[in-house]
Amino acid sequence: MTFGERIDQLIYLFNNFDFARYALLVGVLIAFCSSLLGVTLVLRRLSFIGSGLSHVSFGSTTIVAAIAMIIGVESFQNNFFFVLPITILCSIWLLLSGPNSKIKGDSALAMLSVGSLAVGYLFMNIFPKSANVAADICTVLFGSTAILTLGSKQWLVWLCVGLSVLVSAMFLLFYNKIFAITFDEDFASATGIKAKTYNAILAIIIAVIIVLAMNLVGALLVSALVVFPALTAMRVFKSFKAVTICSVIVSVFCSTIGILLSAMYDNLPLGSVIVAVNLAVFILFAFAGLAARRKKA
Amino acid sequence: MEHLICNNLTAGYDGKAIIADLSFSVNAGDYLCILGENGSGKSTLMKTLLRLKSPMSGEITMGSGLSANEIGYLPQQTVVQKDFPASVREVVLSGCLNGCGLRPFYNKKEKQLASENMEKLGITNLANRCYRELSGGQQQRTLLARALCATRKILLLDEPTAGLDPTSTAEMYELIAGLNDKRNGGTSIIMISHDIANAMKYASHILLIGSGKLLFNGTAAEYSQFVGGAAS
Repeated sequence: MTFGERIDQLIYLFNNFDFARYALLVGVLIAFCSSLLGVTLVLRRLSFIGSGLSHVSFGSTTIVAAIAMIIGVESFQNNFFFVLPITILCSIWLLLSGPNSKIKGDSALAMLSVGSLAVGYLFMNIFPKSANVAADICTVLFGSTAILTLGSKQWLVWLCVGLSVLVSAMFLLFYNKIFAITFDEDFASATGIKAKTYNAILAIIIAVIIVLAMNLVGALLVSALVVFPALTAMRVFKSFKAVTICSVIVSVFCSTIGILLSAMYDNLPLGSVIVAVNLAVFILFAFAGLAARRKKA
Repeated sequence: MEHLICNNLTAGYDGKAIIADLSFSVNAGDYLCILGENGSGKSTLMKTLLRLKSPMSGEITMGSGLSANEIGYLPQQTVVQKDFPASVREVVLSGCLNGCGLRPFYNKKEKQLASENMEKLGITNLANRCYRELSGGQQQRTLLARALCATRKILLLDEPTAGLDPTSTAEMYELIAGLNDKRNGGTSIIMISHDIANAMKYASHILLIGSGKLLFNGTAAEYSQFVGGAAS
C-alpha cells in the first residue's frame, strides 16, 4: 500500500467506525490528563508513580479475581470498583509521605511497584483465568495492542470523558496551590496552607487517572505519558505555567500522531508508537534547549 | 507587645526529645538570633515554632494580633528547587497564597504586593527569569520576597546566608536589618544562624541552645558579657 492509500484507509476508518473515533478521543483525553499531573509528579521525584500504581492495580486485580474464584462468584469482570480504592490508598500514602519519611519516595515507589507485580503474577499463576498467562501479563504491561480494543470498552470511554472534565476543572481551580505545595511544601504549611489536604486530593486524582489509563493503554504507556511531556517541556521553558501548557500540547500532539500511525499501519502497536513519538519530540526539544542556551552564552 | 511566647517547650523527632524545657518570648520589633551547633536542635525548634511539627510538651502561644497565617518563613533550599522550572514572579506570588482562602486565583492587590516586595528586594529586573538559573544570593532574595508576601509581622529565617559568598552574605544581613528597622514597619525577625559575629552585630536578642537545653537567653549586649565571662 502506498502512503496515499493508507491515508484514505485512515479517513475511511474514522468516518465509518465509532470505535476508531472513541479510541482517538480516549487517547487524547488520557494524554491530556496525565500531562497535566506529570509536571508536579516529575518535580516531586515521583516520575515512576504511573508504573507503580498501575502495578498495584494489576496486583489487586489478580487478588480480587482469585478471591472471586475461591468463593465461587462467576464472571467477576467488573472489578474496577474494588481496584480503584486500593490504588487510591497507595497513591495517598506515596504523596503524603514527604521527604522526612523513613522510606523515601523513590524506594517506596519501587517497593510497591515490584512487590505488587510479583504478588499479582503469583496469584495469576496459582489461579489462572486463561491458559496463556504470558499473554495476560503482556496486556497489562502494554495495554491494548491495537486501536480496535482501545475504543471497544464503551463505558470506560464515557467514564474517561467525565473524569477528564473533572480533572481539568480541579487542576485549574487548584493550580496556584499545586504550584506552591510542589515548590515548597514546608513554606506552604507554615504560612497556613492545608498542604496535606491538597496533597490528598491530588493523590486521588492521580490514582483515578492511572487506573483508568492502565485499563486503556497499559502500565508502560502510563509512565511514559506522565514523564515524557513534562521533561520535554522543561528542556525549553522556564516558568511553571509555560511548562504546564507546553507539556499538555506536546502530550496531546504525540498521542494523536501515535494513534493515527498505529491505525495506518497494522504492524505498529499503539502504546509503543506513542512512546516512540514522545521520545523523538523529547530529543528535538533537548537540542532546541541546548541551542538556545548556547546562543545566550 | 508580645508576638510569640514559648512555655516549657520540648521539641524533637519520633518521640525523642532534642531540646527540652525551653521558655522564651519574642516581642514585636525584636530581632532574635538562635545560635547553636549542628544537631543542637535549631531547625527542629524552628519547625516546631512554625507548627510543621507539634511540640512534645509545653506550648507556643501567638501574642495579640498575630494569627498562624501571618508568619513568613525563609526555609533552607530543598533538592526539588534545584531544577524547578519557575519564574521569580511565580515564586514570589506564591507567598500571597495564604490570603486567598478558597479563591483559586490571585487578585490585583496580591499581584501589586508581589511587585512591591520584588522592588523592595531589588529583584524586579529578574521577575521573568527562571529561579533555578539565579545565583544563590538572588535566590535567597526571591524567597525573602515570597516570605514578605505572606506577612509583614514576623519572619522566621533558617540560615539565610548558608552557601552565600561574603558579599552576598553582607547584603543579606543589611536587607534583613532594613526590614527589622522601625522606619520600614519593624518586622520581627527570628533567625537561625552559625554566624556569631554577625548575630552580635545585627540581632537585638540572642538565644543559645546546646546539649538539649537553653544555654543563654538575653540581649546581644548581655551575650557579649556572657561570652567574655566564659572565656576568662
